[in-house]
Amino acid sequence: MIAWTIYITFAGAVLLLFMPRIFARWIALATTAAGLVTSLIAFFQISIVDLATFKTIVRVPWVPMLGMNYHLAVDGISLTMAFVTGLVAVASVLFSWDVEHRPSEFFFWLLLVVGGSYGVFLSADLFLLFLFYELVIVPKYFLIAIWGSTNKEYGAMKLTLYSFFGGALVFIGIIAAYVTAGSLDLQQLAQFQFTPQLQSWAFPVLFIGFAVLAGIWPLHTWAPTGHVAAPTAGSMLLAGIVMKLGSYAGLRVAMNLFPQGFQAWRVWIAVLAVIGIVYAAGVALRQRDLKFVIGYSSVSHMGFVLLGFATANVLGVSGAVLQMFSHGVIGALLFAVAGRMVYRRTHTRDLNTLSDMGLSRALPFAAFSFVIASAASMGIPGFSGFAAEITILIGAWKAYPLAVWITGTGMVLVAAFTLRALKKSFFGESASEVRTQEGRVLVDADWKEQQNITVRITMAEKCGACLLMFATLGVGLYPKLLLDRVMPAVGAMRFLK
Amino acid sequence: MNYLDLLKLASPEAIIAVTALAVLGIGLASTRASGVCSFAATVGLALAIGAVMMLPRQATLFHGMLVITPLTSLFKIICLALAFFTVILARSDRASRNPGEYLAILLLATIGLLLLVGTEELLMIFIGLELTSLSLYVMTAFDKTDVRSAEAGLKYFLFGSTASAFTLFGLSFIYGMSGTTGLAAIGQKLATQPMQPLLFVGIVMTLVGLAFKIAAAPFHLWAPDAYQGAPVPSAAFIASGSKVASFVVLGKIVLVGFAPVHGSAAWHAMIAGWSPVLAALAALSIVIGNLVALVQTNVRRLLAYSAVAHAGYTLLGLVAGGRDGFSATLFYTTVYAFTLVGAFGVVALVRRETGGDDLTNFSALWSRSPLIAGCMAIFLLSLAGLPPLAGFFGKFYLFSVALRSGANHGLLWLVVLALLGSFISLYYYLIVLKMIFVDEKPQAEISPAGGSLGEGGDFLQRITLTVLAGAVVFFGIMPTTLVAQIIASLP
Repeated sequence: MIAWTIYITFAGAVLLLFMPRIFARWIALATTAAGLVTSLIAFFQISIVDLATFKTIVRVPWVPMLGMNYHLAVDGISLTMAFVTGLVAVASVLFSWDVEHRPSEFFFWLLLVVGGSYGVFLSADLFLLFLFYELVIVPKYFLIAIWGSTNKEYGAMKLTLYSFFGGALVFIGIIAAYVTAGSLDLQQLAQFQFTPQLQSWAFPVLFIGFAVLAGIWPLHTWAPTGHVAAPTAGSMLLAGIVMKLGSYAGLRVAMNLFPQGFQAWRVWIAVLAVIGIVYAAGVALRQRDLKFVIGYSSVSHMGFVLLGFATANVLGVSGAVLQMFSHGVIGALLFAVAGRMVYRRTHTRDLNTLSDMGLSRALPFAAFSFVIASAASMGIPGFSGFAAEITILIGAWKAYPLAVWITGTGMVLVAAFTLRALKKSFFGESASEVRTQEGRVLVDADWKEQQNITVRITMAEKCGACLLMFATLGVGLYPKLLLDRVMPAVGAMRFLK
Repeated sequence: MNYLDLLKLASPEAIIAVTALAVLGIGLASTRASGVCSFAATVGLALAIGAVMMLPRQATLFHGMLVITPLTSLFKIICLALAFFTVILARSDRASRNPGEYLAILLLATIGLLLLVGTEELLMIFIGLELTSLSLYVMTAFDKTDVRSAEAGLKYFLFGSTASAFTLFGLSFIYGMSGTTGLAAIGQKLATQPMQPLLFVGIVMTLVGLAFKIAAAPFHLWAPDAYQGAPVPSAAFIASGSKVASFVVLGKIVLVGFAPVHGSAAWHAMIAGWSPVLAALAALSIVIGNLVALVQTNVRRLLAYSAVAHAGYTLLGLVAGGRDGFSATLFYTTVYAFTLVGAFGVVALVRRETGGDDLTNFSALWSRSPLIAGCMAIFLLSLAGLPPLAGFFGKFYLFSVALRSGANHGLLWLVVLALLGSFISLYYYLIVLKMIFVDEKPQAEISPAGGSLGEGGDFLQRITLTVLAGAVVFFGIMPTTLVAQIIASLP
């Protein structure tokens, strides 16, 4: 059932190339919605007991000579990730409803990213997982380089080369595991005892390779520039899904295959994670570009995921998975507000300029969404961010109490930069009353295009924002919904035994 | 064995030879009959492919001068198919003023490839090499109106003949040591003999000539000029057909003939033999090819340097050795050849349209012809090794075989180097794709004489490019089809 998310998405992508461009956005919406519905049905249909182990759903021989299978499997973790992929995909299509420039291509690349991500989350064959993982790289390049803004070619190339560099490291780790164990099947590899000597070098290579995509400090620098350069849907996908590919694969492959290597290196992961949380939050505090603030906040939040992994206990790792879901939704929402709702209308993301506009009155819905997203991002109780981060910190307390202390100060910084961004972007002192009626934003008299843009928040934007807000609120109020499925699956992982 | 049997077993070569003469005749009779010539050539090649399929599974001619095995049959088909696509590419190429002569020489080169593939004997290998090389020299210099073409031809000829001399000298040493010219017999002889310096001199000299053919650094200096200066179909054929056949023959020589002196290229346990030599060639090719390609502004030159790097990757399989290694090499080189024919096809179309093949000539290609731009994206991304294209699987296969060979991941250094190289290569392929897809307006002047890509133009060439791109995707998603064939054909 859940496997259809992959097929539907790729079929939609191919269909886009052969249909007239006026249908492009509708096809994309239908495809991503079908993916979301499929993952939702699977989410509630598969019983919680079945989700405790990585259960095969499809297994077809692919290249028998080399032991490759087309092998998909699902457990609580991958199902949660497929769910967030569906959510963010639908929202990102809704937030790119007004793409007029080469729309068929735009949605084609977008659907390739989505389809590849579903593939990574559901693969149970190392080669297949790696194939989907690398498949996502080039679409990202084109999405950013063609439809992006601010320094787009630089941002796109940097992001692509970082991803591919990570991919090269992963490649080494994967073939080392493959030639040693003689199998590519993740279920079999998870039983195989690799020698400690191999684990001690293969684990860091593999984990760092994946963690590049998850934005681990100091290899995170692609993330802010890439997020800023990307079009709105691109940054939503990047923050919402693509960064999770790295952390998910790090958990599923690196940590689960090389438990001893993980135990040996996990203190370093914790160190890098804590540095990432605090450093990125500190940098975010000093940014003037709204998207840069959010870009660095992504790095900071992904630091929590890595910290959760490093705890090596059920609570911490489950919290990390919850955080992947949570940040997927919140990050997408933040970028949607900053990129689509604000930048598209004001053509500026400079916080000082924005603070003169009094946008809270001009765009009340955008302000509302941003408040919700900021609250969730700061970890206010009742939103998914809180549920995730508190779980991670409880887990981390057992493993590294010192890390919790440092992270605590980091969280103050997170609150500080979020509030600063919120105040400056929406609740600044407005210069004059004329500018601040609802539905009127007047900036930049030279900017001709503005006349053609509806300033009121469109229906598509409202739908997309509501979808994401409900998701963060729902999981925040009832985290058990996810934790029930995630915790048994995490408990079944080898490195916890 | 009577002559009729002989003719039956050598029917593919015979058909091509007759076709070459026929095409030459047609070309002489009428200088304007370019369509008829290429039609005759394609028919001849198609017939030859059919003839290869009719051959028996196993046969030996003239005491092993020519052999027929599943491996030779498979690669004869592949070489003929590559020639087939090249002939279609050569249709209406402005450079070929005398289409009859051009196609006849191309067909003669194809016979050379068939001989190279279909022999396990040193003398025949040398004859095949020379027949191919001589034809390719002429094909490179064929555009008499272009000084670059002449320069490329001369360079290729001077380097090539020197390399051939080395090979011949090396082969004579090998013959002197073993007293035989059959590869299998040489293998047996060498196994019983003690190692001697003279033998290594022979081996290295033989490898020099073949390294020249596959454009491995430091014997690659002819490649950029030949790829850039030669008429596009010639460059495509040098980069594809000639390369595939050279890898087949190189693999046979080292894995069958020199099997006892394999040596070891493992990092801490290098043992003298041919594999450290090939490993050094591979490492140099990967580093030089990729780094120099970074600064190229001409797409054909860029493809040439990337070809050097790809020769390096492909050598990894041979360094690893064994049946697995050979099949990985053969898979990679085959896929690479088809990809490169396609890429040169796109270059030919762009060149005809814009009058050049610099990076700027490719700018905003997507707006002029989405189909051709899409095909080029598939070819270049496959070369970069991105999924789900054939190059990705090929690299995975090669690198995993290399890492598996020997104890204790001895070839890890080479694999890491190759991965680093392919990481660098993504940058320059992306630069080309950036020109094609990201630029909104063409940067270069479109020459009015060329005609536009958007029109019906050359329908057949579009179909061919689509087929090639389809094949690259297909072999990426279903590599089993080709890998199973190759593995089954290896003894």
